[in-house]
Amino acid sequence: MTHWIVAPIVLPAMLAALIVLAVRHHILLQRVFSLAGSVALLGLTAGLAWRASDGTITLYQLGDWAAPFGIVLVADRLSTLMALLTAVLAIPVLLYAIGSGWDNRGRHFHALFQFQLMGIMGAFLTGDAFNLFVFFEVLLIASYGLMLHSGGTERLRAGLQYMIYNLLGSTLFLFALGTIYAETGTLNMADLAQRVAGAAADETAGLRVAAVLLLLVFAIKAALLPLHFWLPSSYAMAPGPVAALFAVMTKIGAYGIIRFYTLVFPPGTAVTEGLFDTWLLPAALASLALGMAGVLAARSLDRTVAFAVVGSMGMLLTSVAVFTPEGIAAALYYAIHSTLATAALFLLVDVVRERRKSRGVDLEAAPLIPGGALVAGLFFAAAIAMTGLPPLSGFVGKLLILDAASGTPLMWWVWAVVLGSSLVAVVGFARAGSTVFWKGHEIEAAHPGSVDDPEDSQGARELHDPVEPEPALPMVAIGLLIALLVGVTLAAGPVNRYLAATAAQLFDPAPYVATVLDTPGKQIVDHHATDGAEDHGAGDDNHGSDTHGTAAGSKESH
Amino acid sequence: MELLLASSIGFLTAAGLYLVLRLRTFPVILGTSLLSYAVNIFLFASGRLVVNQPPILTDGVTSYTDPLPQALVLTAIVISFGMTAVVVMIAVSAYLSADDDHIDDRPGGLFDAGRDAGGEMGSDTARRNAGTEGKA
Repeated sequence: MTHWIVAPIVLPAMLAALIVLAVRHHILLQRVFSLAGSVALLGLTAGLAWRASDGTITLYQLGDWAAPFGIVLVADRLSTLMALLTAVLAIPVLLYAIGSGWDNRGRHFHALFQFQLMGIMGAFLTGDAFNLFVFFEVLLIASYGLMLHSGGTERLRAGLQYMIYNLLGSTLFLFALGTIYAETGTLNMADLAQRVAGAAADETAGLRVAAVLLLLVFAIKAALLPLHFWLPSSYAMAPGPVAALFAVMTKIGAYGIIRFYTLVFPPGTAVTEGLFDTWLLPAALASLALGMAGVLAARSLDRTVAFAVVGSMGMLLTSVAVFTPEGIAAALYYAIHSTLATAALFLLVDVVRERRKSRGVDLEAAPLIPGGALVAGLFFAAAIAMTGLPPLSGFVGKLLILDAASGTPLMWWVWAVVLGSSLVAVVGFARAGSTVFWKGHEIEAAHPGSVDDPEDSQGARELHDPVEPEPALPMVAIGLLIALLVGVTLAAGPVNRYLAATAAQLFDPAPYVATVLDTPGKQIVDHHATDGAEDHGAGDDNHGSDTHGTAAGSKESH
Repeated sequence: MELLLASSIGFLTAAGLYLVLRLRTFPVILGTSLLSYAVNIFLFASGRLVVNQPPILTDGVTSYTDPLPQALVLTAIVISFGMTAVVVMIAVSAYLSADDDHIDDRPGGLFDAGRDAGGEMGSDTARRNAGTEGKA
């Protein structure tokens, strides 16, 4: 048994505690620790992904207790891929937070950032449903802190909405878990898969309730219509780098749907009959259409991007709801793409907010911003990716989704909504971009000195004053995200082959179940010598020496 | 026993949902607390109802209560307790900062930046407060 699987959870947890306790008053050391930790996390998750890339499923038993009673972490292609995506996202976001000074505008940014990473890593790697709930709470409570970082009336208001919504979501999650436990008597995902598959046909009513409740929980996290109302305000009001990190949080909902509904509640059984084609697919299409309509309706740049997140989640879940290996592979490609594109857009929104002092992110004409050409160029690239125009990865992702949807009963609906909403999104982003970046030229040309609005003239003066050069690090961070998008586009072939293999692994859950349930754990020293413990005794010699990882590991359990 | 437990879960959930739909911070926080009580009892019942039995399984014991839901409930209690504390803190500071304890969006606020809407929000709050008091 290897301890590397628990390392992506333990490392940020330890680092966050260290940052809070030891270097709380020292921003430079916090930055160094946080950045070093994130780079190490990238290395760890890349190593795990490399190991999982040939299809092996590795298991980590916390405290050396065997499943289904012990809690397990499982590293297969999907979980390591998502963990790697998070670690990749964390570095540009952290660079931006450091470069723009966001981390110094309130307390404990880096500690909360690391706790957030810990929760996300745990949610992706765990193989136990209740442990998933616990990690959801870890990442949520860190996200509350990050969301409210540096305070402000509007941010507190939006943060309160976000918290209450997620509190209700957590309650619903517990109801779902209680129903699952009452029906099956287990919460280990692999064990659940076996018991649900073995349930008698006339006893599936309770399981169906559990499956629907769980789908609702993940739909809240993924901001699926009509459960998306928390997202626009909270993402728009969150600090720029935090909103960029939150780009991966909606994907956790999508991950939950993919994981649970391929492994535990697979399509085509009595438990999930009609769940995907009757409910999930129309809801996904509706949130795609509504999200992109919101892009057009938004009156500020941050809301534009926030609604684009709703739309892109709709697109992603449309592909998931098709529920074929091709659909899941396309959804995963789109998840990678939309995480990076959303993060880049949120960081750019923050740049605009910082530099357009007079108008902020309102979609109104304002004097040109310093260094506007570079910002506008990056926004142009990110918007092209987000709306799915060629040549960037959004186009590839959309093509894969359209391809996966062809031949399904609702094919024409999917094609019509995907293509129609793309047009709306293109118009919305073109309008937003041209208002923010081009309308300033008209103001400059018309009356350089005498603008009606005193704020505008002040803004114009700011422009003509010799300004200090803007820090380069934020633009480097955004450029890094755009470069990653280009990389995902150029490597679309290999990436897509890998994702197809990931989807194939998901649709063949037998090795996963066997790895989790057949790996023996610690031998229970039982003086009464029950028969069951004898079976596990043989394999115990391999694991007896592993107890030094237990103390660190058990911290993450209940 | 079953009837008592089921109806108490039902009443707590109904009351919690009603309070959450009030959309002002104090009733909503009470509502989420009631919902978390309801879910705690629900989790407790998910291991089946057994009275006066130990949660320990050893040889020769035929009647026992399921220990796992008790561990789950303990975790859920701790988490919901912590979360409620955080929500109360945030709610108080949001109320003190905005002088408004509504938690829904302002009309049209979903699409707005909301940055410089201070005056508008003040009148809007006054209007809504008047409306609520009128109803009460």
